[in-house]
Order: sequence, then structure tokens, then C-alpha cells
Amino acid sequence: MISFKNTNNTPKIVSSSPTLEAEAKDWIKCPSCRSLLYIKHLKENLQVCPKCSYHFRLSALEWIELLLDENSFHPIMEDMCALDILEFSDQDSYADRISKAAKKASFTEAIQVGTAQIESQAIAFGVMDFQFIGGSMGVVVGEKIVRLAEKALQESLPLLIVSASGGARMQEGMFSLIQMARTAGAIGRYQKEHGLYLSLLTHPTTGGVSASFAFLGDIILSEPQALIGFAGARVIEQTTRQKLPPRFQTAEFLMEHGQIDKIVERKFMKRVIGRILSFYAEGHDLARGV
Amino acid sequence: MKNLLSFEKPIAELQQRINDLEKESLEKNIDLASSIELLKEELKSELQTIFSNLNRWEKVMVARHPERPHLIDYVKALIPDYLYFCGDRLFREDPAIFGAMGHIDENNIIMLIGHHKGKNTKENIACNFGMANPEGYRKALRLMRLAEKFRVPIVCLIDTSGAYPGIEAEEHGQSEAIAVNLREMFSLRVPILAMVTGEGGSGGALGIGVGDRILMLEHSIYSVISPEGCASILWRDASKASLAAEKLKLTAQDLWAHHLIDGIIPEPVGGAHRDHREMISQVKDHIQAWLSGLRTSSWDEDLLQKRYEKFSYLASYQQVKNNLESSLPEQVK
Repeated sequence: MISFKNTNNTPKIVSSSPTLEAEAKDWIKCPSCRSLLYIKHLKENLQVCPKCSYHFRLSALEWIELLLDENSFHPIMEDMCALDILEFSDQDSYADRISKAAKKASFTEAIQVGTAQIESQAIAFGVMDFQFIGGSMGVVVGEKIVRLAEKALQESLPLLIVSASGGARMQEGMFSLIQMARTAGAIGRYQKEHGLYLSLLTHPTTGGVSASFAFLGDIILSEPQALIGFAGARVIEQTTRQKLPPRFQTAEFLMEHGQIDKIVERKFMKRVIGRILSFYAEGHDLARGV
Repeated sequence: MKNLLSFEKPIAELQQRINDLEKESLEKNIDLASSIELLKEELKSELQTIFSNLNRWEKVMVARHPERPHLIDYVKALIPDYLYFCGDRLFREDPAIFGAMGHIDENNIIMLIGHHKGKNTKENIACNFGMANPEGYRKALRLMRLAEKFRVPIVCLIDTSGAYPGIEAEEHGQSEAIAVNLREMFSLRVPILAMVTGEGGSGGALGIGVGDRILMLEHSIYSVISPEGCASILWRDASKASLAAEKLKLTAQDLWAHHLIDGIIPEPVGGAHRDHREMISQVKDHIQAWLSGLRTSSWDEDLLQKRYEKFSYLASYQQVKNNLESSLPEQVK
């Protein structure tokens, strides 16, 4: 997993003096253009900065709200939670990290999966949440993706996964590395049967997640300016002693290098995915002579 | 030994005494054979003691030892009539991954694919210390497909600190290359043996590591992240690497205890770097044993199904609690 010390995307509450605290809660500073934004307006604008169109990170629940038809999401495997197999501890024990993250997020892991509808078209759907231990992939994330892909295969549903992850979860050691193979294997089985897999990469998608299921999409979409890559920029700089090119590892950089299909602004995302799904359904109908 | 590890110091002194005695015996023409023999015995038992009590960080150092047998040593000794193949057909030949086909014995041909770190500075640089670019992973997959066409089993020897963290590697799709290998290795209709011979570094190792059987050499390591990387993220201090190594449980013995691998190949007393011939012969025995077991099993759908299930089993292992217990496969409970 990669450290995001220098690319903090969490909205910072601006608070210059204690007396202003109440009002400060309503304002936040855009990390990109430094404009002071009224939170209510930012929310109305889908968490996109109205000044510079910086895309603030969305939680899993916000993605569900943004992309899926109202009340169409039926989560599965909601109770699955990680075990501290290695009895791992750094400054915090892993067991504590899990329970703290779960309390904060009000769900048990870094991914939610289930069935849903987008513009009335049924899909299998997964969405990661970066707030949950950096969206890292341990056994549960792997297991949920595998079972989601298997469900999509059994029920002949298109599959959409929204990624946001620093990579594999170090605290589960080799158990988490193996999830890269497992998820890739399950996606492979689904694709061999001509299942359509859409992968949406959001800020950030890196490491073991980008190098497994996230980059196997039949179509790969991304949000503008999202950080996407395999290795961390700091590691690359230290290893190669080269200056990194401008916009390195951004969605735009990957687009230039032919790694992704489309960069889509948040306000158009549902529409674009909806259209892909309708082309797919129509193509199949036409072929069957329906 | 050019590269002496810190915990090998006591051995060095003994070795020096043996050398001195041998020299003295020659120069002064006196028979010191019995004392030399005694010292050699002592040396062996000392080695035995040290190497059977290595902590995890010491294991990391042994796994990375520059004098361990390298890929090319295994290739030359295991498949003497080897033919090697090059290129990803897209952009570049990546010497960090080497692949060759040849007879391991008169009844068996194998495709041997592995990371090549290089034996000296010149080679190290040429093959980028075994850190492959996307081209290397794409070449590896191309050669695996070739093996499938030839109907020969694949043996992957893993020894890398990781996939190369470079600008071009990112531009050429390092993530995609590894992801595709992981996916496609599940669909290869020939048996695959993956073996960690030194360092199993993260996704760069796993990128050629999806197998029907997974083995590790006694002092090799396999980890989701390097101890240094883990330390600098979790402790914000790369010097805590030895502590991180303890926590990551990355030795062959740890992985065996957690049912993550199928077996451990013993190393010569004092580690693979002390006796290449013995090490390679052990590796050969294990490959041949695996090959002879293959004859009876089917190579088609069954093989792929078992490979898929093998990885499911590995990961479901004691993972899920609450009401999901009931949906777990029988062998997991």
C-alpha cells in the first residue's frame, strides 16, 4: 500500500480562530485552487469545486447515491469483516484499526457490493471507500469482489466496480497479496463468458488494486485528475533519481499513454455508464433478433 | 564468501582458522588433518545452529544474498539443452525476466521462466536487478502461452524485490501487465509450479506466481510489501524494517504455517549461497517429483478448476465470521 501523506484529499475544515468555529464548519478550502467554498454549495455541485472543478473524494455511500437508481442497491455480504490473522500491530493494533474504521464508516469493510440498477438496467455493483484503512484490499475486499464477479456471472449481469484504494492491506501480509490473484481470476472467468466489466477508477487507485481487478475492465473510466498508478511517486523518484513528468500518474497522463478509455466528469458519470449499459443490452437484443 | 552477513561472523573466524591450519600443514609439511577435521565439524554445527535460528530480518538478508544461485545458474543446471526466447512483441526485450525451454530429464521438457537479478554489477544493471518492466511480464505471459501450445509444464522461479518502480513502467502500464498475467495464468491449460528461490517481492513476484503448486526455498521470503516500505509507511521510519519483517510474517516457515504454500525446499547447511550444486540438486528433485505426479492427473478443465479453487481456499481460510460461516466450503471450517 502506498502512503498518501503528500496528496491528502480530505476536505480540511478551515478554522482560524475559536470564535469563528461555528461558521468555519460551513466552509472548506479547495486543496487544488485554494478557494474558500461554502460546503452546502459544494455538496450541491456533487463535491466538485465550482471554481476549478477539483473532484473531492466521495464516500461509498455518496457514490451509491450518485450512480444508482434510488433505492435500487441491494447489498450482499454486509456482515463480512476482517480477522487479524497475523496479529499485526504497528503503532496501533490491526484489530483496533478495523474496529475504529468500522465505527467511523458505519460499515464493516473498504468495499460494498451488491446488485443495483442504473437507469433501470440491472447490474452487479461494487464500490470502495478510501476512508476505510485507505481503501486497502485485504481478504474481505478480495472475497467480496470474487463473490460479486461470480454472482454477475451466474445472473448474467454487467459488472461495475468503483475503485478507490492505496493497494493491498499490509496488515494482512501475504493473505492480502493473494487477493490480487483471486480477484483477477474471478474477473477472468466472468469475462471468458463474455460478461461486461466496467471499471471506474477514482482518486486514488494504486498498488495492488490497480495491478489486479481495477485494470482488467473491458472499459476503464476515470474521474478527472485522479491519481492512478502502480508504484508510489516518492518511491519512483527515489529509485530512478529522475524528475517526474508533469501530471505524472494522473488520469490525464494515463489517457495520453493509452491506459484508460475515458475521463468523465462527475456530473456526466451516471449518464455515460447508463449509455454503455444500454448499448450493451441493445447489442445483445439485436443479435438475438429481439 | 565475499559478502558476509553480520550473523555469519563466528563462522568466518572458524573458517579463517581452518584456512590457516591448512596453509600451515602445507608449508611446514605436518599432518594437521585431524585438527582440521575437528574444526570443520565445529563449523558445520555452528552453521547449523545459526541458520536454524535466524530471525525474520536475518532471513530477509539471506534471501537477498547476492551469492545465492541466480536464475541463469538454475537454467544451465536444470535444462542443459535450453533454448531461450525473447521479447514481448510490443515494445522491448526485458532482460529482468528470462524464459527458456529444455529437457529436465529424458522424459520431461519444461518451460522455465523467472526473474533474473544478474550475477555481477554489469549484469545487475543490464537486467535492472531483476525488477521487471511491463514488457517483462508481457514476455512471461507470451512464453507461458507458448508452453501451453507445446503442452509442456511451466516452472516459474521467483526472485525479485518487486516490479520496477519507474516512469516508463507506469507509462507502459505496469498495473495492467501484472493484472493481465494474474488473470491469464488462471486460464493456462498446462500445469504450473511456482517457486520462490530468493525474494518474493509483492505484485512483481505474484505476476509470475499463480501456480497449481507453490513452493519456497527454506530461507526465501514472500511478502505483500518490502519490510523497508512497510516500515516507512506504518512507522514513518525505514530503519524499523526488521520490526516490520517480524510483523509481516514473510518467511517460508510463516507461510507454511498459514497454509499459504505447499512446501518448503530445504537449503544446504548455511544457506543456498554456500553450496549451489546442492541447492540446485534439491530444486531439481522437487521439480521432478512434481512432474512425475502430473502424469496421472488431467490437464484440462479440471486443472483450471482446481487452480481457481486452490486460491479460493487459501484466502477463505478462517476469514469470515458471523452468519457467513454457513456459506463457507466444507474444508475451510
